[in-house]
Amino acid sequence: MKKDNTTDLSRRQVLKGGAALAGAAAGSAITGFPAVIAAEPVTLRYLSTAVNQSPAIAERAAKDLGIKIEYVTVTTDDVTKRIITQPNSFDLVDTEYFALRNLIPSGNLMGMDAKRIKLVDKLVPALTKGEVAGKKIGDQGTAPHKVMYLEGQNSKKFASSPTEWITLIPTTYNADTLGIRPDLIGRPIESWAELLNPEFKGKASIMNIPSSGMMDAAMVIEASGKHKYGDKGNMTREEIDLTVATLIEAKKAGQFRAFWTDFNESVNLMAGGETVIQSMWSPAVTAVRLKGIACKFQPLKEGYRAWASGFGLPKTLKGKELDAAYEFVNWFLSGWAGAYLNRQGYYAAVLETAKEHMEPYEWAFWMEGKPAEKDIKGPDGGLLEKAGSVRDGGSYDQRMGAVACWNSIMDENAYLVRKWNEFIAA
Amino acid sequence: MISHSRRTSYWQAAPLAAVFLVFFVLPLLATLTVSFWSYTGYSIEPAFIFDNYRDAFDRCIVSLPDLCTTLRTYLSTLKFCLVVWFITLVIGFTVSFYLTFHIRSTTTRLVLALLCTIPFWTSNVIRMISWIPLLGRNGLVNQTLINLGVIDHPLDWLLYTDFSVILAFVHINTVFMIVPIANSMSRIDRSLVEAARDSGATGWQILRHVIIPLSKTGIAIGSIFVITVVMGDFITIGLMGGQQIASAGKVIQTQISALQFPIAAANAIVLLAIVLMIIAMLIRFIDIRKEL
Repeated sequence: MKKDNTTDLSRRQVLKGGAALAGAAAGSAITGFPAVIAAEPVTLRYLSTAVNQSPAIAERAAKDLGIKIEYVTVTTDDVTKRIITQPNSFDLVDTEYFALRNLIPSGNLMGMDAKRIKLVDKLVPALTKGEVAGKKIGDQGTAPHKVMYLEGQNSKKFASSPTEWITLIPTTYNADTLGIRPDLIGRPIESWAELLNPEFKGKASIMNIPSSGMMDAAMVIEASGKHKYGDKGNMTREEIDLTVATLIEAKKAGQFRAFWTDFNESVNLMAGGETVIQSMWSPAVTAVRLKGIACKFQPLKEGYRAWASGFGLPKTLKGKELDAAYEFVNWFLSGWAGAYLNRQGYYAAVLETAKEHMEPYEWAFWMEGKPAEKDIKGPDGGLLEKAGSVRDGGSYDQRMGAVACWNSIMDENAYLVRKWNEFIAA
Repeated sequence: MISHSRRTSYWQAAPLAAVFLVFFVLPLLATLTVSFWSYTGYSIEPAFIFDNYRDAFDRCIVSLPDLCTTLRTYLSTLKFCLVVWFITLVIGFTVSFYLTFHIRSTTTRLVLALLCTIPFWTSNVIRMISWIPLLGRNGLVNQTLINLGVIDHPLDWLLYTDFSVILAFVHINTVFMIVPIANSMSRIDRSLVEAARDSGATGWQILRHVIIPLSKTGIAIGSIFVITVVMGDFITIGLMGGQQIASAGKVIQTQISALQFPIAAANAIVLLAIVLMIIAMLIRFIDIRKEL
């Protein structure tokens, strides 16, 4: 990709950007519409789930860029639904990579021009190549690098090697595992197989979201040695049957206390002591801990189920909104927002710039897995971890390096949904 | 003159008919149409296929006597329907009877009737969620029972079971029984009751032969409310059943989330057909229009 073609910097961005940005911007002409933006702030309708939205980010963007961010908050499924059914109802979308297998064929998103993304070469290899610290990580499911590039801007086909047309510019990603209540379990938990251990009868839970729930179940079944999947993120019908049969058997034996679909339900189940082991998301574990209740995002020897989300643009976006969208995406990668996400326990898409915006002790805790030198505060200033504590799962390389599979949409998705309903009805 | 007044009445009915047409008939027709379409993960294609209905009843015949997902789901929903209907009917009838025949002062009756509606001052979901800290494993009920020494271990069946689902349903729906039944009862001519008593009828006989038959309209209307609410519900069953209990509504919701609109539409039509059959049955027993 030719760097010197990067011509869409606004004046403000150049002034605000860090050293990396200034370097990249040095030779470029200032185009775009900074004067227009200054006269009449552009508003971008930003569609995503609540996870990726924060008033602080919008406020900061308004200050740095003069772009007004208007959040449109919906659930994960509804993000997909909106892109497919109402592609004109947003200007910028933050959605998960696994949805791309449905989104790209719909033709409602455009390929993003890599030449207009200044830090495109700095995007983490975990997402662009499926590598962490030079080593290949788990590739099962919809690993982002499989769906990162398009053959052309309006192509409906994913390219197998990097091109200049990018489906989504990554915003945030993480590695998910089981959450446990160490105080109520009282012994080490090391394997996904423990989710269906009869010891936790009536105290386990799994998420009632067919695609991710099935993959968690597959991690469990593979860990128990019952079956080795070809691809946990793209099961055959027989594998789906086997997985659902195992789940039904456990359900009938009373293994599960309840299932959950949203963040708060998972927090309440765990905090109320209804469950002691369940599929969980990282900020939900933090939320339980903030109530003063012991909860651990337990690293397991079989690895993590990872996910990633990124910015996409609707095909119809043009003019100053299009320029503003690129400007905002570039700003997002330039560090402040990345540091904000890192402090929430997610990971930023460009680590170098995020590091510049974090204190060394914060970086050591969140990214290097070292004991906290001082109390660790969340982006809102609230206490997250006391000095001396260590992040569950350790460093970035340890956590992302142990990814086993990625959230996905399977070829047999329709069949999977039908079987999942059978499981719920059993 | 007659033709003129007839035309007037059509005009008077027109606004409501138009609202019905736009917000009820057209969406329903759209749903019916889409239920015959084909779909992929990202698109729906006009077609005329029965695959969605076949998928909805996947292996329902071959797997007998084991029940398939759809039959099992509807059976479970019907069970809730029946139990909730019966309990709300008994409570609703009793409360209405008390309000109408035992409270003599109109003011007191009005105040008590208003009291019945107090739970409606907050949202449905909040009323349900409030049960969770009460019934949970470490909830108030369990803690109290343990402190009193009644039980050693918390009772797990209080929450995320059929029990909690039925409890929430009864809590939410009883008022739908009370209002129409009390309304019917208040229109019963008191002299009928007196006449029955003068003729030597016992209290039980008066109830059976005078009050119940004359409250039938209210009972039917209340029953329709309760049955349609329970049949289409997935929020109560989801929240109080810990999502472990299937409901027709949840099946449809899961399919919509997966962008499988045509099969969701087919399931919605099946649900509608079943509810209509139940209501048709009720109306066979009680001609609501005649009794009103």
